[in-house]
Amino acid sequence: MSDILLKTEHITMQFGGVVAVDDLNIEIPKDKITALIGPNGAGKTTAFNVITGGYQPTNGRVSFSDMVIGENYPRSKMKKLYNGTYKKAFEHQVINTPDKITRLGMARTFQNIRLFKDLSVFENVLIAKHCHIKAGLFSSTFRINKQEEAQMHQDTEALLERVGLLDSRNEKSSSLPYGKQRRLEIARALATGPKLLLLDEPAAGMNPKETEELSQFIIEIKDSFNLTIFLIEHHMNLVMEVSDTIYVLDYGKTIARGTPAEVQNDPAVIRAYLGVDEA
Amino acid sequence: MMNIKKNHLYSLITVVLLMIFLYWLNANRMQNGMLVSVLQKGVILALVAVSMNLLNGFTGLFSLGQAGFMSIGAYTTAILLIPVQNLDGVYYMNGVHPAIRAFKMMVAQSPEFIQIVFPFIALLLGGLLAAFAAAIVGVAVLRLKSDYLAIATLGLSEIVRAIFSSPQFDQITNGSYGLNKIPNFPPMLWGAIPSLITPFIVVAICIVVMVLLINSSYGRAFKAIREDEIAAEAMGINLFKHKSMSFIISSFFSAVAGGLLAMYMRSIEAKTFSITLTYDILLIVVIGGIGSVTGSVLSAFLVTAAKEWWLRFFDQPLFIGSFEVPLFRTGFRMVIFSILLMIVVLIYRRGIMGTNEFSWDRIIGRLKRKNKEEGGRT
Repeated sequence: MSDILLKTEHITMQFGGVVAVDDLNIEIPKDKITALIGPNGAGKTTAFNVITGGYQPTNGRVSFSDMVIGENYPRSKMKKLYNGTYKKAFEHQVINTPDKITRLGMARTFQNIRLFKDLSVFENVLIAKHCHIKAGLFSSTFRINKQEEAQMHQDTEALLERVGLLDSRNEKSSSLPYGKQRRLEIARALATGPKLLLLDEPAAGMNPKETEELSQFIIEIKDSFNLTIFLIEHHMNLVMEVSDTIYVLDYGKTIARGTPAEVQNDPAVIRAYLGVDEA
Repeated sequence: MMNIKKNHLYSLITVVLLMIFLYWLNANRMQNGMLVSVLQKGVILALVAVSMNLLNGFTGLFSLGQAGFMSIGAYTTAILLIPVQNLDGVYYMNGVHPAIRAFKMMVAQSPEFIQIVFPFIALLLGGLLAAFAAAIVGVAVLRLKSDYLAIATLGLSEIVRAIFSSPQFDQITNGSYGLNKIPNFPPMLWGAIPSLITPFIVVAICIVVMVLLINSSYGRAFKAIREDEIAAEAMGINLFKHKSMSFIISSFFSAVAGGLLAMYMRSIEAKTFSITLTYDILLIVVIGGIGSVTGSVLSAFLVTAAKEWWLRFFDQPLFIGSFEVPLFRTGFRMVIFSILLMIVVLIYRRGIMGTNEFSWDRIIGRLKRKNKEEGGRT
């Protein structure tokens, strides 16, 4: 098995005539933190949705630990509309729904927090444990799987303790302060037992202090859960601090990749973020 | 730990008291005819309401197909249970299908044990048939969301009703004439539980099973789907699988309740299961609180009692001296009922129970608080 955990090949995502992501090639090495940055509307979240199975790419292939989890090529109406590159590269179609991909070991969080709002903190995490349940409907209803159920509760408790949310376990998740909601969403993703964690703007709406705490937290969970992390972020401090490799997107195209230092000095990146010097 | 045991004790006492009450009612059923029939109808509607709540309140699928599945259960139970000697009287217009007669002859000649449990087998068969129908229909219908699902399921229940009353099936369902001479509730456990109490026991078992399901891991997954489908899917919950599970289980229990309703009413026709029945149940669910089992049960009894019993007074002409108060005539109780409903909905916006469940801790807590307040005053 190679060191590359997630690989996308020539991913193109086109909505009608709009190319949201164009020929995206990403390789995410194991046990590293990779970041995806870019100005608003660059196609970062779309790329996430393609990887996690929310969208089917118009063209391209996604592989996760050497297994193809999504592949498509322009068909029917898209055949005429398609104007991306690499038209003839793929000829198979592999579709996996998000729930299946999660069970394979890839969990994600959302840009605008999507907790189960009316449920308690504890239940939020406990539900995420459901995806690996072995008991069927019958034995679960009549509590024949007592041991499994107890194990789920125990694991959830341990996880909440680990992320520092055990004190608020019985609180409604929507009543938590914002920073804790973000933390809970990450905990919930961790409860599915992922190898790869995708974080969609985990620091959105946080102040500098909270952001600092979050970057500590990300590094901590990466080490203690043996994770590979792929994140989208706008807070440059956080990105530069935690990531090993950075990909920069602009208008769907990859304009740069490299270490934080390399990307910071890349003229294409500076142009995308600050605009072209007229003089 | 101590607390849990104490609560179990309270629940046990309540159940025993309820059983004593039901046996008392059985002994004095002649004097309390109204009470018996309201309680029986209430408990049957409670089962439908809880099964609808499982779908609408816990899985977040706004379905209005309950009456259709109830009619599947009711017709199955009725057809299977009409005694063989009454067949000609029931199917007097079109005659009965020979297969049904042959089957009934077979049951009538079977050993006594089978005849005793046969009504329950009929209920179960009705449920399974509805579950099967739900499984097939669910493949198409569960792809729809919110209002569209409601429209599709509503249409579905009308289709079922139309099929049952269609002339093509009149040798089986007796078309638009309906079925009658359906035997009443059977006694359970060789007469240890009299027939009057049977519906209460059957419904209690069904509701307990649903509560266990709701509190299991699968029930939590249902709630996750209700809260946020996209997040639930991202947490590895197979949406279609869990939605159809909920749909099938809800349909199964609705059909069991439909079978019980057939036994309660003794005669059914397709019109019984029109859209208004679904709305009545929806009303119970909303009044009780969407997402609360105890709320549904409570409001099933309250709504039934108010509609059928307590407000009867308004249907009778009322004289004060020699002055006849206007408006007091047949149908006026429904006006009062509607006004009461509006008041209840205005006061309890999320239903009587909201999304809460009954718990001893809460009641004891409230009593203690009250005592304290009174103690403080004196």
